[in-house]
Parts: sequence; C-alpha cells; structure tokens
Amino acid sequence: MSNDPYGDRGNKDWSVGNAKGQGSIMPKASGKTHPAPGGPFLIGDGMTAGYGNGPDILHDCTIAVDRGEIAVIVGPNGAGKSTGMKAVFGMLDMRKGHVRLDGEDITELSPQDRVAKGMGFVPQTSNIFTSMSVEENLEMGAFIRRDDFRDTMTQVYDLFPILKEKRHQAAGELSGGQRQQVAVGRALMTQPKVLMLDEPTAGVSPIVMDELFDRIIEVARTGIPILMVEQNARQALEIADKGYVLVQGANAFTGTGKELLADPEVRKSFLGG
Amino acid sequence: MDLLNAFIALSNYVLIPGIAYGSQLALGALGVTLVYGILRFSNFAHGDTMAMGTMATILMTWLFQSMGLSLGVLPTALLALPFGIAFTMLLVLGTDKVVYKFYREQKAKPVILVIVSLGVTFIYNGITRFIIGADDQNFLDGQRFIMSARDFKEMTGLREGLAFKTTQGITIVTAIIVVALLFWFLNKTRAGKSMRAYSDNEDLALLSGINPERVVMITWMIVAALATIAGTLYGLDKSFKPFTYFQLLLPIFAAAIVGGLGSPVGAIAGGFVIAFSEVTITYAWKKVLGYVMPEGLQPDGLVQLMSTDYKFAVSFVILLIVLLIKPTGLFKGKSV
Repeated sequence: MSNDPYGDRGNKDWSVGNAKGQGSIMPKASGKTHPAPGGPFLIGDGMTAGYGNGPDILHDCTIAVDRGEIAVIVGPNGAGKSTGMKAVFGMLDMRKGHVRLDGEDITELSPQDRVAKGMGFVPQTSNIFTSMSVEENLEMGAFIRRDDFRDTMTQVYDLFPILKEKRHQAAGELSGGQRQQVAVGRALMTQPKVLMLDEPTAGVSPIVMDELFDRIIEVARTGIPILMVEQNARQALEIADKGYVLVQGANAFTGTGKELLADPEVRKSFLGG
Repeated sequence: MDLLNAFIALSNYVLIPGIAYGSQLALGALGVTLVYGILRFSNFAHGDTMAMGTMATILMTWLFQSMGLSLGVLPTALLALPFGIAFTMLLVLGTDKVVYKFYREQKAKPVILVIVSLGVTFIYNGITRFIIGADDQNFLDGQRFIMSARDFKEMTGLREGLAFKTTQGITIVTAIIVVALLFWFLNKTRAGKSMRAYSDNEDLALLSGINPERVVMITWMIVAALATIAGTLYGLDKSFKPFTYFQLLLPIFAAAIVGGLGSPVGAIAGGFVIAFSEVTITYAWKKVLGYVMPEGLQPDGLVQLMSTDYKFAVSFVILLIVLLIKPTGLFKGKSV
C-alpha cells in the first residue's frame, strides 16, 4: 500500500470516476534503436524483467520467431508466458537482455514505437473496442497508416467472412470467437511484420478453437511470422514450427513443435502423458 | 377557458426560458461528460473553467466596445468569443501540463483526479475574482429582443405577450450548431474516433498506435471551447457572476448524470430534463391556470411549488433519485 500512493483505495465510486478502460501500460520515454544484424526475425534474448520496482518475473528467458514460422509459448499457469510476450513488446522493465527485430535492437523503444516498427500485438483480454462497431475497430487498427487501407480491410474480411456480415454491429455484442477474430483483424490492419497473439483461443469452444487455429495458419502462410502464447499446449504445438516451454519465468524446453510433442518429459509434465 | 393565451403565457415563462437554459446546461454537461468519458474523472473545475472563459470573453468584449467595434444587433461578445475560447484552451492545456499530466503518468485512480480538480476549482475561482471581481458584470449589448412582449401583443391582439430575447435565440442556435459539430467530429473523423477508442480501452488504443497525449490534448481543447461557449451564453442570457458559475456545477453534473455520465446524447437530454424541472417547479402557475381552469376554479394563490431560491434543490433531488433508481442514467452511461 505504502509504496503505491496512487493505488486503488477508495476508488469504487463510479459516479465520480471512470476506471473502466483505464490503461495499465505505463508511459515510457522511447529510446533509440541501433543496428544488430543477424539472428532470427524477432528475438527477446536473455530477458530478465519485472514490473516497476517489483521482483524479476522472467529469468534469462529467450523467445524467438523467424520468417514464415509459428512459434508457440506453452507452460503451466504462472510460468510467465504472457509476461514474456509483454516483455518482447516493451511493457515491462527490462533489467537484462535485448529485443531485436529485423536486424535492429529495439530494447529501448516504447510499445507505441514498436507498433510503428511493424509489431502487431493482440492482448489476452480487453483486446477489442467493445463500444465501437467492427468496422471502426478495424479502422482504429489502421490508425498509424496514412495510406488507403481499404485493401487490407477487404483481406481481413476475406479471412474472417463473419466480420463483414457484422461490420456495423458493436464489437462488444459479438460472441467470444467472433471477438477474437475482430481482435486479430484489428492487429492485421497495421500490416504488421510480425504478429504476437496472447492466448487467442482463451474462452472459446473447441470447434471455434479449431477454426481460429486454421485462420492463424492461414495468416502465417501469407508470410507473417506469428509468436503466440497458448493454453491448449497439444494443439498449439501441432501447428508450431518452434515451441518454448517456460517454467517459472525461464526456458525449460525448446525445440520444434514435433520434438516437444515427442519429448517424454514434456509429455509427462505438460501434456498429460 | 382560453387555451391560446394559456399556451402563450406558458411559452413566454416556461418553454422558451427552459429551452435556453437547457441548451446552456447541455453544453456544460457535454464538457463534463467528455472529461468523464475520456479523461475518466468528474471535473469539478468545469464551472470555474466556464467562469474563466467567460471572463476572458468579457474582457475582450469591453476592449472591442471601447474600440467601437460591434456586431450591430448582435452582442459584441460573439465577436470576442473566439478569443475567449483560445484563452481557455491555453488555460486548460497549461493546467493539464502542470497538474493533471503528473497524475496521469502515475496512472492515478480517478478519485484522486477528482480531488485534484477540486483544487484546480479553487485556484481558478480565486483568479477569476482577483481579475474581474466578485460582482455582477454586464457585457450585453446589441438589440435586446428579437420580439418584445408588446410587439407580439400588438401583432396578434392577444392578451398575453410573448417575448423572445436575442440571447435566447443565439443560445438555441449556437447550441444546435455546436452539438451537431461535436457529434460529427466524434463519429466521423479520425481524431474523434480515436477519442472514443481511447475512452473505450486505453491500452488497446496505445497498441493501435493512437498517441494518448494527443487524445488528451484534443479533448481538453474541445472541453475548453464547450465551457467558454456555455459560460458566455449563460452570462449573456442572465448575468456574469463568478459564484453563480461555481453553483452551476450542480445542475450541470445533475444533467450529465441524469443523462448517463460518458454519454454525449445523455448530456443533452439531461440538460433539458434538469432545466425544465427547475423552471416548472419554481414557476408560479397562477396565470396559466387562470386561463385553463374553468370559471370559479381559478387559483387564488401563486401555485408556485417552490421558491426560486430553492432551484438548486430541484437538481439535487433529481440527482439523488437517478443515482438511487437508475444510476446509469437515461442513456446508458458508463457509471456503475
């Protein structure tokens, strides 16, 4: 309490304050990038990170994805999967390690500037503008673009036909699976060079989940590398080119999706035998 | 029974003043609701922002009057209004930079910003009184009436007169234009949509490349314009006194909450609900009832439900009822 003077105390009265939708990403001054050629397309290399003055959550953790690949991060609850993604996106305080994108060290960049550099991120929750229409959601995704983005919107509608049907409906009125499609569609509108998905199938039915995985593979086939966190480890590893098993904020196992699925220890500990 | 005269009397004392006052409240409530929706706190300094903006407009008006500039039949204040708006924009942007930005960067909870805005209120209030004094100021010039009660009587031959003040006409026309512009801006333009996106989900707006500080800046500028316009219209229509503007905070917040905090349509509806409640409850109905009631049943007393001194009690009671029964307001706002 004492180390957080601007905390949550006495803040339940919505008739004076509107905490809904308030951000959690702390504003951060953006630093410079410098060239760092070689290595994978996107890599969070040896990341040790935590929030503010809090303890380290990640310990020398490395996550990477290369062109044309799907990389999947799996692991038990609280393993730091989402935290790892956020660290790569600059939402944590990095104490050690580097993030490199396309031959450039971007460790010092703020999250906004990473978006401008071509990183697309779909958070696990609150990943759509619920009060805005589907089409407005996509428009907001294309906010940084000054060119004509109608082509990209058509592509997104081709990928997710249901969104075209519901484009004038408020995104908050859609079903869970449709919301996730809006979320992914919004991120695609920037024409990202790499797409990061934090549990895209959280809270959707198994049938919808299969469909979402199919769509994600389709996106990957267009050449966009995808880095995602997934709770459904088995299915995710089946489509993964590269898999990372995290335990307590550190890399436990790394390999191709098939290798990890075949690894007896990974099977026993994380895939239920 | 004389329904025509009854209607004219009703228009003269209730409908027209109610619509004008409602428009002023609606413009004020729109500013409050925008700050609540986008900057996420109830801005108690809104009444005094209105006072500061009106003060700047008045000073410019006096300058223009001394230079001999005028708009003919229209009040000179309309000419000074853009300068007042520009001053208020600088004022609130300066305040944001010095005060609110610090708390925003800490991600301070809204309730803290509410109290901070209360501090800003007192500072604004003090500055206003220091510069222009605590007394009533008159800055209205130009033609007083579009139609005076006597002209109307001569024209129609009715017993009741219908006066339509220039300031009432200006208030209504300005309010319509401003509201139309605001809705167009919020729903059709890129900047307006980015404001709605930021209001909906700050983090996702950031991840979409929307610059939060820019959204905040645009919001403050719109709020400054709304506050100055509302304040100047109120000052023209009634009179300017710093303390009255501080008191206006209550009906303005009541309007915003009745309509649903965070909902611009609600702010407008709420403004009219509050205005008409105040006017109808404090109006002495003797005259109108005298025309409507059958012979012999006409009232002897004033039939005034409440003295005008208690008009703020009306908004307060409505506010309480809404918060108890339908806290989200008429148009589903964001509160609760």
